Amino acid sequence: MRSSSGLVVRYALLALVNALAVYALMALGDLGMWKGFTAVLVATVAIDAVYASGRFVPMKYLLPGLILLLVYQVYVVFYTGAVALTNSSEFNQGTQERAVNVILAQNERRVEDSPQYRLTVLDKDGELAFLVTDPEGEVFVGTADEPLEEVDDATLDDSGKAVALDGYTTLPYADLIGARAREITAYRVPFSEDAGDGSLKTQDATNAYVYEPTAVYDEAAGTITRDGVVYTADEDTGYFVGPDGAELTPGWKVNVGLANFTRILTNDDIRGPFAKILVWTIVFAFLAVALSFALGLFTAIALNDPRMRFRRLYRSLLLMPYAIPAIISAGVFKGMLNTQFGFVNEVLLLGADLDWLGDPWLAKVSLVLVNLWLGYPYMFLVATGALQAIPSDVVEAATVDGAGPWNVFRHIKMPYILVATAPLLIASFAFNFNNYTLVAALTNGGPPMTGAEVSAGHTDILITFVYELAFGGEQALYGFASAISILIFLFVGVISVIGFRQTKRFEEMS
Amino acid sequence: MRWFKATGWRHLYGIALLAVAIFPILFILSASLNPTGTVSDTNSLFSNISLNNYRDLFNDPQNPFLDWFINTQVLAVCTAVITVFLGAMAAYAFSRYRFRGRDAGLTGLLLVQMFPQLLAYIALFLLLSAIGQVFPALGLGSRLGLMLVYLGGALGVNTWLLKGFFDTVPRDLDESAYIDGASHAQIFFRIMLPLVTPILVVVGLLSYVFTIGELVLARVLLGDDVEKQTLAVGLFGFISEQFSQNWGVFAAGAILGALPLVILFQFLQRYIVGGLLAGSVKG
Repeated sequence: MRSSSGLVVRYALLALVNALAVYALMALGDLGMWKGFTAVLVATVAIDAVYASGRFVPMKYLLPGLILLLVYQVYVVFYTGAVALTNSSEFNQGTQERAVNVILAQNERRVEDSPQYRLTVLDKDGELAFLVTDPEGEVFVGTADEPLEEVDDATLDDSGKAVALDGYTTLPYADLIGARAREITAYRVPFSEDAGDGSLKTQDATNAYVYEPTAVYDEAAGTITRDGVVYTADEDTGYFVGPDGAELTPGWKVNVGLANFTRILTNDDIRGPFAKILVWTIVFAFLAVALSFALGLFTAIALNDPRMRFRRLYRSLLLMPYAIPAIISAGVFKGMLNTQFGFVNEVLLLGADLDWLGDPWLAKVSLVLVNLWLGYPYMFLVATGALQAIPSDVVEAATVDGAGPWNVFRHIKMPYILVATAPLLIASFAFNFNNYTLVAALTNGGPPMTGAEVSAGHTDILITFVYELAFGGEQALYGFASAISILIFLFVGVISVIGFRQTKRFEEMS
Repeated sequence: MRWFKATGWRHLYGIALLAVAIFPILFILSASLNPTGTVSDTNSLFSNISLNNYRDLFNDPQNPFLDWFINTQVLAVCTAVITVFLGAMAAYAFSRYRFRGRDAGLTGLLLVQMFPQLLAYIALFLLLSAIGQVFPALGLGSRLGLMLVYLGGALGVNTWLLKGFFDTVPRDLDESAYIDGASHAQIFFRIMLPLVTPILVVVGLLSYVFTIGELVLARVLLGDDVEKQTLAVGLFGFISEQFSQNWGVFAAGAILGALPLVILFQFLQRYIVGGLLAGSVKG
């Protein structure tokens, strides 16, 4: 019963996937990204094997999701671990070779009083070449591998500028500013066989100048000399370091083992803030779950009476805060909690002057209360469901046996509710442990702790702290931030395991 | 007095709670309509009404609200639809087939949930910057790239939930269809999917809601190009810098941003509540 049009579509899609894969493999090979190369190769072989044959039926349904899951969830967790063992940062990416190239390229200056060359960019089999005309009208051509060489058969325009050369294609203007602009501005043509003479570079694809290097790399010694100062490659820090300790940027990525982790534990300026933030993260997550569950459960009990009218209306209106994205609610409260003009101080508290978001303790209180406003409707829903799922005969039997309402609640209903909701409470704890959105929007971690070596605030939770380390500060410390991420991973993982076991215990009890 | 003891206090409590729940929403609605647009003048509700803030919101090239709104809706809808589809496929495989590695796969999906993808945002940033060297359309600053990240992160959670529902569909149904000559794809599309539509709607809705509110990954992975950003990232920009000046436009943006979700919740509440509770009871 297989339709032939389905077959056509299937093979067309497969062909498309394979074409993209071939392109990706070539590009990855060119860039020397062999991990990515292997991953694409394995994925493509798997896709072909699964979808071109009639076998592996379950894999036909699993594979697309599985690939996404492996790349964007499983791999990145392990990759976080790998990055945590390096000095990876904004300035420490890639290899030492790349760092050398960047440093040499950055330390160049135009040769003083050197002539301006009028430039035409050529293409030969995908490789660029520069066709230049010097002020005297002499014409030269050169590529990255072959230094400038005089030519006499170039086509000149009215101004005497060479615009075309046999065997080459002149790049159209659209390419100069579009598709190949970056390639062109990064391109350099050696002036002569002697590298010390410098090379031709262009910024605008119409004029080229001779640039000479001001830094020299000595590969054998592993040093870069700039303006007479010798910078030596330091394999421990991933930088070229001068005699006075100054570093050339960029550096490169090196393995530092557990240094990032020991830095958290042994550096006093980091350990102190880190410990405070860890404790606050746990307290915040615990309060967030406990308070919203308590309020949600009480509300569920209060509004779950069959005699009561408008129950559905209450429920649907009470859900409103849950429908609004946290980023928006947090912004609304940030406005209402404004010290000078906010509604809370000015109207509710009759002109009080409480610094709700700037005082270390009040900011914590604000976070917990705003989170309660956001979070209890969910717990209300969950608790309502759990209450309604309690078998009525059990409750009736207990009542017949003479148990009062409190005892029925305490000994019959509560265990039921906890069994039903325990997994969700644990999930909620893990969520609030990493509740980046609320903290970032309401207090952004502030007020800042004084005297900390890294940027840290009194209401920072671990994930906002990590964010500042990785993306907020002057230098993005990917390695160090990843080390803290790994600690958070471990913590959340342990909580989940405890949670699952706890759930099992509850289930055995009931 | 008897009325009070039975249901009266419940109403009083409910109304008090409603006041707390609704007031901030009225407050921000009032602020969005207040022409002055600063925090200081918005405490008397609905005293001045104008659409200034809304006009400003749509006429600021530095903060292209319309782009944010469209980006967010497209991203959230596509992510939701594909998430549901991928999740349903995986759930179908786990529910209906017995194959080598099935149990390990299910356990693996449980384990994966213990490591929230969110926490790996540094690695995701580095990964996407590497991918971008080969496929710029999937790298940093790409909305498509961000969607793939969301898709990868959603599967672990959804597969278990969906599998639970697929398991409740009697096997006789697909077995008899199989005997009648239906292919596995026909069974999946024509028999299974229609029967589990309610849970598909729930998973889709939750994914939609999640994507609209997601901040960290969108902020890290979409880059600095304001036209590519999402509503959450854009509104966060209003909040984090010069908030009191931005108050009016933020309020207007908050109202427009929240509106689709609030409406959705009112109309599809049955699905959402039902799904959350089903999830909770089934664990």
